Amino acid sequence: MSILAARGLKKYYRSSGGLFLRGGKLIRAVDGVDIDLERGKTLGLVGESGCGKSTLARLLLRLEEPTEGTLEIEGTDFLSLKGGELRRARRMIQMIFQDPYSSLNPRLTVGSTIAEGIRIHRLARGAEVERKVGELLGKVGLPRAAISRYPHEFSGGQRQRIGIARALAVEPDIIVADEPVSSLDVSVQAQIINLLADLQKDMGLTYLFVAHDLGVVQHVSDRISVMYLGRMVESAPAGEMFSAPLHPYTEGLIASIPTAEPGRRIRAAIKGDVPSPVDIPAGCAFRTRCPKAFGRCGEETPGLAEVSPGRQVACWLHEG
Amino acid sequence: MAEELLKVDSLKTVFRTEDGTARAVDGVSFTVGRGETVGLVGESGCGKSVTALSIMRLITDPPGRIESGSVIFEGRDLLSISEKEMRKVRGNDISIVFQEPLSSLNPVFTCGEQIREAIALHQKLGRGESKKKAIEMLRLVRIPDPEKRYGSYPHQMSGGMRQRVMIAMALSCQPKLLIADEPSTALDVSVQAQIIELLAELRDSMDMAILLITHDLAVVAQMADRVVVMYAGAVVEESPVRDLFASPAHPYTKGLIDSLPKLGQYLDRLPMIPGTVPDPIDLPPGCRFSDRCPRRFEKCAAEPPLFDLAGGRRARCWLREREGL
Repeated sequence: MSILAARGLKKYYRSSGGLFLRGGKLIRAVDGVDIDLERGKTLGLVGESGCGKSTLARLLLRLEEPTEGTLEIEGTDFLSLKGGELRRARRMIQMIFQDPYSSLNPRLTVGSTIAEGIRIHRLARGAEVERKVGELLGKVGLPRAAISRYPHEFSGGQRQRIGIARALAVEPDIIVADEPVSSLDVSVQAQIINLLADLQKDMGLTYLFVAHDLGVVQHVSDRISVMYLGRMVESAPAGEMFSAPLHPYTEGLIASIPTAEPGRRIRAAIKGDVPSPVDIPAGCAFRTRCPKAFGRCGEETPGLAEVSPGRQVACWLHEG
Repeated sequence: MAEELLKVDSLKTVFRTEDGTARAVDGVSFTVGRGETVGLVGESGCGKSVTALSIMRLITDPPGRIESGSVIFEGRDLLSISEKEMRKVRGNDISIVFQEPLSSLNPVFTCGEQIREAIALHQKLGRGESKKKAIEMLRLVRIPDPEKRYGSYPHQMSGGMRQRVMIAMALSCQPKLLIADEPSTALDVSVQAQIIELLAELRDSMDMAILLITHDLAVVAQMADRVVVMYAGAVVEESPVRDLFASPAHPYTKGLIDSLPKLGQYLDRLPMIPGTVPDPIDLPPGCRFSDRCPRRFEKCAAEPPLFDLAGGRRARCWLREREGL
């Protein structure tokens, strides 16, 4: 049973046409995405920058309003909520950001940053707030003394722990983590990934883990979805996706990962750059970079279809 | 081993801050042979970029200062030549490519013009000649439609294309040594693979040495012949790339290798190095890694020297004195 279910989510922007041009072009950042988060599990979301991963993540939190589509969280129609109802429901889903340097208010103490959500959602009052903050700091592996200190006094990894404590403060069910470790050093990455895994086990959290690093995603995810230019192109259990990717894009991403094997020469498996979302190629959007593209790929857009239990792919090679 | 091209010896670079003096590079020595690729690896703050900037004499003084040591390039100490001579070395003999191409390119000139200017300046060529050469360079780094792309501004290009422009500019005078400081870090994995592949091919065809500075051990594994690992301003290990991965000689190197997530291998928990890198203003006494080291023992209270080991390897760890390799 999924805790979050989105159907046909779309987010279109209109580019400002520049100083002298009227009306801009339509940017299809997210273009008809279904997504399900299973309770207590982790869904990894991968794709190159500009593929709409972060926009999709922001839609799920209603930090952006979708152009079209439905979104249910815990059976509630999340998109129809307004005012106080929305504020209360927002407690259920929280976000951890990529850059621990810019996502914390430098003028607030760590204690105030974490306490803010507790106060807004009236989860505790008076001395109880401080006790809760202290407890959260312990949970994320920071000393209690951190409560009265400021973000600049902490390293990148420690700041990410503060960000995690802030997200946990309102007792959410779902955490959307947008590139939570990509700005951290390898040794610290492992610490944060292990911390997120421990918290999931202890608190039964559901994660959407957005990242461009497939090695990390493979490690943390139960299931992985791959996005390309606003659409899902493949979705599969993590292990299966890595051992037998179906979509040529997934295959290319996996082949591009440098591995710690000396002497194995890297090969650029995907040529060129992601096309601009203003000018998405007709048919299959990936065909301009796909080594296996054929006639049909330019004519019709393949939809995401189930090819075996639990495995979905949007590619004409896997039809029927 | 290849003939020595660059020899960094006992290099010390400090930064004076309000809180005290940061010993960013604290007695670093290593060599790069002709045509050789040496990976300089470590976490942020370990001094790898400051080492690169010191080699190029690009440390802003104040607050920074190269306190002592030498940087011998083709028999000349770059730290003692005049600024005028150093300008000739930069670009002609040694070039550098930085992590963030957008902030390294001038936004008001076209990419082609910036490459042309570098060529005109260093090779004393006229406008037409240098433009022709610049277009050739764009083609060399596989920018599609180079004649047209010559007139593109940096903001009109993707991150990967901009990094290609930077590489074209750096290589336009056929340097003997390219310093690449996190050249693929800000890029997507797909584009990162393209850039690494390009660098490796250019290195082979131009017979150029590369000092590859990165935090990413996997990138080093793909490209480097030899690896120098830095921690808290000092070299802690130096090994040929295969030996480094097969049998790391320093517990820090082992920790870094172990904490890489490996494809197709599922672990319940990733092995990790506890704690954080020490503050360069307040370095711990003794071995700088000892407070994070799973194998520390009494002797680690004293600072270990860099032990010479078999196979041209070096490691700054008391275990190597006790156990050898």
